Amino acid sequence: MATKFENEPMLEIYIFETTQILDQLEQVVLSSEKSGSFSEDSVNEIFRFMHTIKGSSAMMLFNNITNISHQMEEVFYFIREKKRATVNHSSLSDLVLSAVDFIKVEVNKIKNFDFPDGNPDAIIELFKDYLIYIKEINEVSGEIKKPESTKKQQYYIPQEKKHRDKNSNLFKAILHFDPGCEMENIRAYTVIFGLTEFMDEITYEPPDIAENEQTSDWIRENGFHIYMKTGSTYEEIDELLNKTVFLNKLELKVAEESDFEQSARAIEPSINLDGPVIKSPLNEIETKEQVSSAPQSMISVHVDKLDGLMNMVGELVISEAMVTQNPIVASIESESFLKASRLLHKITGELQDMVMSIRMVPLSTTFIKMHRIVRDMSKKLQKNVVLELSGEETEVDKNIIEHISDPLMHLIRNALDHGIENENERLNSGKELTGKISLSAKNAGSDVLIIIKDDGKGLSKANILKKARENGLLFKPEEDMSEREIFNLILVPGFSTKADVTEFSGRGVGMDVVAKNLEAVGGVVIVESEEGVGTTITLKIPLTLAIIEGMNIKVGQSRYTIPITTIKESFRPSGKDCIMDPDNNEMVMVRGNCYPIMRLHERYDVKGAVTGFDEGIMIMVEQDEKVICLFADELLGQQQVVVKSLPQYIHNFKKIVGIAGCTLLGDGNISLILDISSLAGLRIR
Amino acid sequence: MAKNIEEEFIEEDTQKGKYLTFVLGNESYGIGIEYVTEIIGILPITEVPELPVFIRGIVNLRGRIIPVMDMRLRFKKDFVNYNERTCIIVVDIRENSVGLIVDQVSEVTNIVDEDIVDQPMLSSGVTNQYIKSIGKVGTDVKLLLDCDKLLTHHEYDMITKVGE
Repeated sequence: MATKFENEPMLEIYIFETTQILDQLEQVVLSSEKSGSFSEDSVNEIFRFMHTIKGSSAMMLFNNITNISHQMEEVFYFIREKKRATVNHSSLSDLVLSAVDFIKVEVNKIKNFDFPDGNPDAIIELFKDYLIYIKEINEVSGEIKKPESTKKQQYYIPQEKKHRDKNSNLFKAILHFDPGCEMENIRAYTVIFGLTEFMDEITYEPPDIAENEQTSDWIRENGFHIYMKTGSTYEEIDELLNKTVFLNKLELKVAEESDFEQSARAIEPSINLDGPVIKSPLNEIETKEQVSSAPQSMISVHVDKLDGLMNMVGELVISEAMVTQNPIVASIESESFLKASRLLHKITGELQDMVMSIRMVPLSTTFIKMHRIVRDMSKKLQKNVVLELSGEETEVDKNIIEHISDPLMHLIRNALDHGIENENERLNSGKELTGKISLSAKNAGSDVLIIIKDDGKGLSKANILKKARENGLLFKPEEDMSEREIFNLILVPGFSTKADVTEFSGRGVGMDVVAKNLEAVGGVVIVESEEGVGTTITLKIPLTLAIIEGMNIKVGQSRYTIPITTIKESFRPSGKDCIMDPDNNEMVMVRGNCYPIMRLHERYDVKGAVTGFDEGIMIMVEQDEKVICLFADELLGQQQVVVKSLPQYIHNFKKIVGIAGCTLLGDGNISLILDISSLAGLRIR
Repeated sequence: MAKNIEEEFIEEDTQKGKYLTFVLGNESYGIGIEYVTEIIGILPITEVPELPVFIRGIVNLRGRIIPVMDMRLRFKKDFVNYNERTCIIVVDIRENSVGLIVDQVSEVTNIVDEDIVDQPMLSSGVTNQYIKSIGKVGTDVKLLLDCDKLLTHHEYDMITKVGE
């Protein structure tokens, strides 16, 4: 189809606008459905959305989208006119959403440069049936006549038009479209749109083609009249007009000046091309919306570019450290040099913060998507469920959002499918009939917590253990397992198979994928549950992946970096505070509390490290409420480090416990970043 | 476009039959020049715990962090301390950059196909999986490495899987 390539720049706008409208539409429908009725405002809104989509799709000649939106518009037109119409809201929402989905698929095709060729007939039929049905129940016979638009219309004409010479030609054209081509008004609008570029002035009859469908009938009967004032010649115009799609008959003749003026006066929308550009206000709401979006101070940037910027800044931070921490530099005793280097440090720091903040995106878009899932699922499963969102303004790194959106969806589905009981069960257990899933997010230090909580039947420990036993996933005696360990079993790959979905709550189908996805961004999944009361799944994800504040330590010749947020204190214990139990586990007493010691040199088999507690240093770190003391040779200092992952080749060999990645130090050496939570996990259950 | 292809073709052609030779103990080895990205002197190596002994650790190659593999240990020879002749040959094997530590780099040499013979099947029945074939240069013999297998078959599989 050649048209779509001709309209390339418009196509992009079309896709952007349509996707946006569809998202808004979806939200309107969902919120209307939640409140149990379509308010007048939302009906108007939906009507307007559909109208816009119909108009732009017709202009782009995407007929299937045009048709379906037309049908939808028709239904909402009826509802709008019959203000008190009784409508079956839920089936209407279903219908609208199915149409939205259809259009989404088509728009996706367009994005991929395919022609949207889906067949909307089935959905259109449904709409038609629906329209008949609501007409019946509202006892309306015949069509409601749309009131003729009385508004004075003004049309959008590109501003960059130059005024042509005074001896411009005047033409009058009458276009007749093929009978049965439908939507003559839109086609006429396309013609005008194509012509404006060549025209100094243009008027047409009927004037309100873009908004008023009734004009189609008029055009069908009388043809579409265009009066043009142009620098182009007769032949050029003739050629242009003859390109019109579905053109049946064209009359083009030279018009008189008086003729033109007359027509211009007769038909209201005479346009002065030198005038300001005004978009035709379809109705008040739309104008308002346009005003609100007019002072556009947002630009969209490709993530690749941001990643590139991020890397550059990372390199900058490292090289800044390389320069200012250079031993030669340290010997420079110059006040002004120190000042300058401090300034450099400050600026790089701010630059880095800025880049990080650019990449931060609120979770709200991801959260809002869940409404749709909850709605569809609760319908299908015939469970009454509400989704409560909170803290959706919490921001996380763009990369992380991409990784958590699928797991979130999965968890919500799980909660609905397996967590929330059906109505009978809920009644029997004395719960409210309507199930509740709450999805919340909050900041906690350098982490973001996303909590999915349902008030369903919870997880059964006995069943989990049974299942794990059957699948041979138990790695230690059942009696020794803590509650948390038992629940974590559902995250183990191979824990669940499809067969057990009905057996017990069935969670575990794909839960390992959730855990894996989270792991990829350095997050963890925490499962808590109480049988009969509900399940809470907490996703703990780092705020950002790229740069952390770290404390560099030395062990033998190796350097390690500890994320500063995990460090509680560092100290050198006196010999009598260090104790050893019969199993050779070392512990240290600090202010009356006893903490396990992990000797890093032992753990990682580093040679030439300090072994005496009175020579090295103890660093107390805490993560996931586990406290452990790491023993190292010495502290090297605090530094912002850019987290790099270990080379893929090493990853493939082995996942090294306790090492999260590596980073470059100021002196060009490499330091390994410790993963405190897994280290602590080695010593503490 | 056509020119690009042509250039590529020529480049490919100029690399054909060229091998970078290096020394490990008493033997001389060759590696296809198309894998080699650069040769550098020994760099400070950061040890990474819990890895096979032949992977010495990681190095900072101008901001890129790459693993280094000691070829002596890889081929189960004795470890020799590094000196000023020790080199790291940086190779790109299926988009994985790996540094190979060798005793000494000799030269880039041409070995035409006629001078390359399959390695003999040893009486033990075990073929050395890292050696693809044997090249003859004058009176010398060069053991030609099979780069794809250098990360061993098993490891190589894992990498492609991750790549997907």
